[in-house]
Amino acid sequence: MIDLAAGQTGKRHVENVQAAYLAMTRRKRLYGVVMLAVFVALMASGFRLADDRSAGSFADGIGNIFDFPGEVLREAGEKITLLPALVVKFFPSLLETINIAAASTLLGAMVAVVLSLLATRGLARWPRLIPVVRRLMDVLRAIPEIVIALVLIFVLGSGPVPAMIAIALHTVGALGKLFSEVNENASLKPIEGLHSVGASWSQRMWLGVIPQVAPNYLSYALLRFEINIRASAILGFVGSGGIGYDLKNAFSWGQGRYDEVAAIFLLLFGTIVFFDQLSSHYRNKLTGKA
Amino acid sequence: MLEVDGLTKSFGTNTAVDNVTFSVARPAMIGIIGASGAGKSTLLRILNRMTDATAGRVTVEGKEVTALRGAQKRAWQSDCAMIFQQFNLVPRMDVVGNVLHGTLNARSTLATMFNLFPAADIHRAIDILDRLGIADHAPKRAESLSGGQQQRVAIARALMQDPRMILADEPIASLDPMNAQIVMDALRRIHDEDGRMVIANLHTLDTARRYCDRVIGMRAGRVVFDGTPEQLTTGVARDIYGAGASFSEDSTSTAIESLDRGEARALREAEAAV
Repeated sequence: MIDLAAGQTGKRHVENVQAAYLAMTRRKRLYGVVMLAVFVALMASGFRLADDRSAGSFADGIGNIFDFPGEVLREAGEKITLLPALVVKFFPSLLETINIAAASTLLGAMVAVVLSLLATRGLARWPRLIPVVRRLMDVLRAIPEIVIALVLIFVLGSGPVPAMIAIALHTVGALGKLFSEVNENASLKPIEGLHSVGASWSQRMWLGVIPQVAPNYLSYALLRFEINIRASAILGFVGSGGIGYDLKNAFSWGQGRYDEVAAIFLLLFGTIVFFDQLSSHYRNKLTGKA
Repeated sequence: MLEVDGLTKSFGTNTAVDNVTFSVARPAMIGIIGASGAGKSTLLRILNRMTDATAGRVTVEGKEVTALRGAQKRAWQSDCAMIFQQFNLVPRMDVVGNVLHGTLNARSTLATMFNLFPAADIHRAIDILDRLGIADHAPKRAESLSGGQQQRVAIARALMQDPRMILADEPIASLDPMNAQIVMDALRRIHDEDGRMVIANLHTLDTARRYCDRVIGMRAGRVVFDGTPEQLTTGVARDIYGAGASFSEDSTSTAIESLDRGEARALREAEAAV
């Protein structure tokens, strides 16, 4: 019979444990207070530095923050009857933007899957190359898309292809990082099971890892797709076509074209909402919740 | 003390708990047995109000538990502790922290965010851990403990709630026989010494017979047996589990003594064969 009598370790001993734990709690609370003080100090000093460096003061400028949206909304409100026609007019360039985003997300995600598997501890084909693959993905994430796009536009001429390559390269880096974090949480047991039957590395990854992580892959890829729609709209500003080009024109022609700006924003917003709904629908389907 | 009246829970077309009625006059140690999917867990979850019943009601000392909402419901939950098969501790938090979670119902969110538990509570938590024989593990992370130790931390969390009743959902199903005995002894002692009601879902008949004052058998959501451990014969067990004549408790028993029984039977069979 196992002895479970109360106070079996002795009153003295329990008091020691209590004193030690209370001391530990006090130390942790002290650390917490110090961290909070450091955080507040950093916020205050960082804000002041940023405010000093700016051309105008934050306190003076904050009041004007709604001026521009107000102007756009007012003008769009006056010409609200023109909005449906404008939405139809810009729809083809929206399709071009979505096309760029879709192609770059697809390409980027495929490369990212391979790189992420090569960069995950416990799964990598060549464990020694893990740091190399990771630094490669860091480089891809570090260079802004717009820089790659400008270089490629200089080399290949303006058009959708440089934008697509630029966004795809960034996507490889960003999704590779997210995918490899998903991979780390995958259970190694199915992979061990496949190992035991003599499966090759690619078979183990394809049949052991991908089924586990596919729903998370999909949701990250669809999130990235949304980000890429916006990125490809921005790249339109530097001459890769799509809805960004129209947005730039509407902006730079100044007042009188704000109804077009409003129409383009509406289209972009509607697109993001649409793909968000689509992604949650398919994610639920994949995880079997729907 | 506890009245369960016509309790029913349906998930779509499935009925997990089907018109369950029983009452308990004074604190007792009650075992609920039945095959997987018989509705044992759902019944406990309804008692704790983690799951809402489709029909029927639960009354405790005149108070209708199934009708409680909001803060009153949470107050009932703190009065009716739950112990889970997989312990359900916060793995990266230390043992005392997990035990202190038993007082969450009385604390504000802000105070718990900054881990501001009173020293008196910390003392009491460690006293409870000592009572269960694991005070030495107080500062360790819950995940670094063995299964049996983690289950005792979960029991300590339940005791920290100072509850009127303790519901245990398969408390020993993922433990080895030695740790299972420690945990069941602890639950029995809580009932004997503190006079708290303990309701435990159990998956082995010998555990139910050995530790419980009363056994309730469930099959397909219905109560099919309600009596003392002595009345729980092999024939009754066959009915509860819907098993044929080949059903033998010894083949799956987890009690250490059953090894001797098994050996004795093997010896007898060997002798008979000679």
